[in-house]
Amino acid sequence: MAGALTRVIQGSKTHLGVVGSLVNINNGSVRFAQTKTQFGPLADSDRIFTNLYGRHDWRLKGALKRGDWYKTKEILLKGTDWIVNEMKTSGLRGRGGAGFPTGMKWSFMNKPSDGRPKYLVVNADEGEPGTCKDREIMRHDPHKLIEGCLIAGRAMGAQAAYIYIRGEFYNEASNLQVAIAEAYQAGLIGRNACGSGYDFDVFVHRGAGAYICGEETALIESIEGKQGKPRLKPPFPADVGLFGCPTTVNNVETIAVAPSICRRGGSWFASFGRPRNSGTKLFNISGHVNTPCTVEEEMSIPLKELIERHAGGVTGGWDNLLAIIPGGSSTPLIPKDVCTTVMMDFDALVAAQTSLGTAAIIVMDRSTDIVKAIARLIMFYKHESCGQCTPCREGVSWMNKIIYRFVDGNASPKEIDMLWEISKQIEGHTICALGDGAAWPVQGLIRHFRPELERRMAEYAAVHGPSQAERLY
Amino acid sequence: MLSSLRTGVQGLWRMSSRTLHTTSSLQHDSLFVHRDTPEDNPNIPFEFSPENNKRIEALLAIYPEGHKRGAMIPLLDLAQRQNGGWLPISAMHKVAEILNLPRMRVYEVATFYTMFIRRPIGKYHVQVCTTTPCWLRGSDKVLNAIKEATGCEVGGNSPCGKFSLSEVECLGACVNAPMVQVNDDYYEDLSIEDTKEIIEKLKRDEKPKPGPRSGRFASEPLGGLTSLTEEPTGPGFGLQDALKA
Repeated sequence: MAGALTRVIQGSKTHLGVVGSLVNINNGSVRFAQTKTQFGPLADSDRIFTNLYGRHDWRLKGALKRGDWYKTKEILLKGTDWIVNEMKTSGLRGRGGAGFPTGMKWSFMNKPSDGRPKYLVVNADEGEPGTCKDREIMRHDPHKLIEGCLIAGRAMGAQAAYIYIRGEFYNEASNLQVAIAEAYQAGLIGRNACGSGYDFDVFVHRGAGAYICGEETALIESIEGKQGKPRLKPPFPADVGLFGCPTTVNNVETIAVAPSICRRGGSWFASFGRPRNSGTKLFNISGHVNTPCTVEEEMSIPLKELIERHAGGVTGGWDNLLAIIPGGSSTPLIPKDVCTTVMMDFDALVAAQTSLGTAAIIVMDRSTDIVKAIARLIMFYKHESCGQCTPCREGVSWMNKIIYRFVDGNASPKEIDMLWEISKQIEGHTICALGDGAAWPVQGLIRHFRPELERRMAEYAAVHGPSQAERLY
Repeated sequence: MLSSLRTGVQGLWRMSSRTLHTTSSLQHDSLFVHRDTPEDNPNIPFEFSPENNKRIEALLAIYPEGHKRGAMIPLLDLAQRQNGGWLPISAMHKVAEILNLPRMRVYEVATFYTMFIRRPIGKYHVQVCTTTPCWLRGSDKVLNAIKEATGCEVGGNSPCGKFSLSEVECLGACVNAPMVQVNDDYYEDLSIEDTKEIIEKLKRDEKPKPGPRSGRFASEPLGGLTSLTEEPTGPGFGLQDALKA
């Protein structure tokens, strides 16, 4: 749901008159000055998710051995300002797709209480095609998430955390629930969590199959027991959120790295990746690669190195590559020449006219019917649209019909521009960012593969005569 | 009715008419409206079992006073599980009664979320993901293999009544593509032989082993770890000075 929050950043940037780095807003804190220019393989000792592949015990005993819940009481006793400052120093940006600076987001909750309780909501909905990283955290390292909830809750003065996990993840939810029960029994959460005097509850709420519930306000609506239809923002969840109370919604990975940041220091986290794109990230590499996998790597690592080192390279070699979707289905695709040099971080991909999103890399080689691949994504968005606002409900449905005709070539080249125009009319005109998420893949396809679309139309016309669109217009 | 009027008028005019606006008649995979059938009508009583009643109390305790409506989805899921995988109308009425809400509020939720099945379903609900990451790795072949092996049409039940097949959207296991979900378990990294084996086992009511079928355990790269080859670090590794007091 990148679009809406990106719009917020643009809005707040111009409002505050800040042109340069967002980090300038936090005055006085120590900021790590990155000197590296090569971002390459991460050392195992720098990896946060040490049980990513589930080879060690995921329960409390194993988690304690791997360093979870160590000095949590001391961290909690340091207080709100210290924790939020660590997060700001670390430069952590939201891992759920929008990349909003986490320290800033948590500081929005720092208002005097007006009697309403505050809540933390963890977004474990993970519906974005290509993304399967939160699943690994929840089933193999759940205690990192629970400890993160506690620390984040303390930082924002929340009294409880609701972890919204998608309904299809039954086994992952089961592991998470067992881990929560263990944490309650050990006194790590609940009343007087970790002996710090702070009361904090963690609850799991299972969803029931709706991608739109990954959007923060739709998620809040879903926890409240209604249809997952997003709300208009403003008012933002930090003002009116869950049950009408101030709420922050964060992705699982964002919350799960918070304890490691507090323990090892914000500067340590900021030492990875380029400035304003710091830290480590879980990458999901799927599609036409030799060994698809999930891997934790440094931000700003070159895309080619990432795929060749961890996913065994593209099937048939790098030259067999057609296009890559770098950040989950909502991000526009990038063709091979861009992929060869681009780095995997927020800024570099925005410069390449795409976005990091959830870092779910979908690789497509030359055997792929690229138009069909994108058409299937648009069908996904049409299915998942909640139906509240007209541009998305009608527009995405319309784009779906058109793009399926493009698969056969049963269209006129004028319709390519018409499809572009439709996508521009949806983008930015919807209540939530699902409209943007549906528009961007289409724009990526048209931007980089227009010759392919026109070729198909010419082929179709050679066999069947001019298409109906050509005849009518 | 208006939509069929539109189609008729368009047929007469032979060109797309944008003057008659109606919403598309098919918004959802399954019928939005409830039709009373002998298996599914409001006169069939539905009660939660005693164990489920205890679970309901535990679920309701999660939500603050005045906001018990939040338990709607968990309660409907519980009712669906008790009823063999599908949600009858009387269960929706029961949930409305427990939450003290108008029935329409429950209908809204039950029709919005795709995991609520509102028609009788087989013992094994096979859900095949066909979204692009899985499609790239051969989900079409997996779907065809299941159709052949079970005799189901997509969206229908098998002749023997044991299987139901659905094509679903991304299930969140993309690096283990292609994959299917049967009831609560994921079967990943499938080949056609794996798929046939799974269906054969289910036909005999044996539970196939869930998870990846290619030999790996979870999402590590097949053929050898490229990361996390060292033993995990222990408590206090890299602890920052501010906490070393």
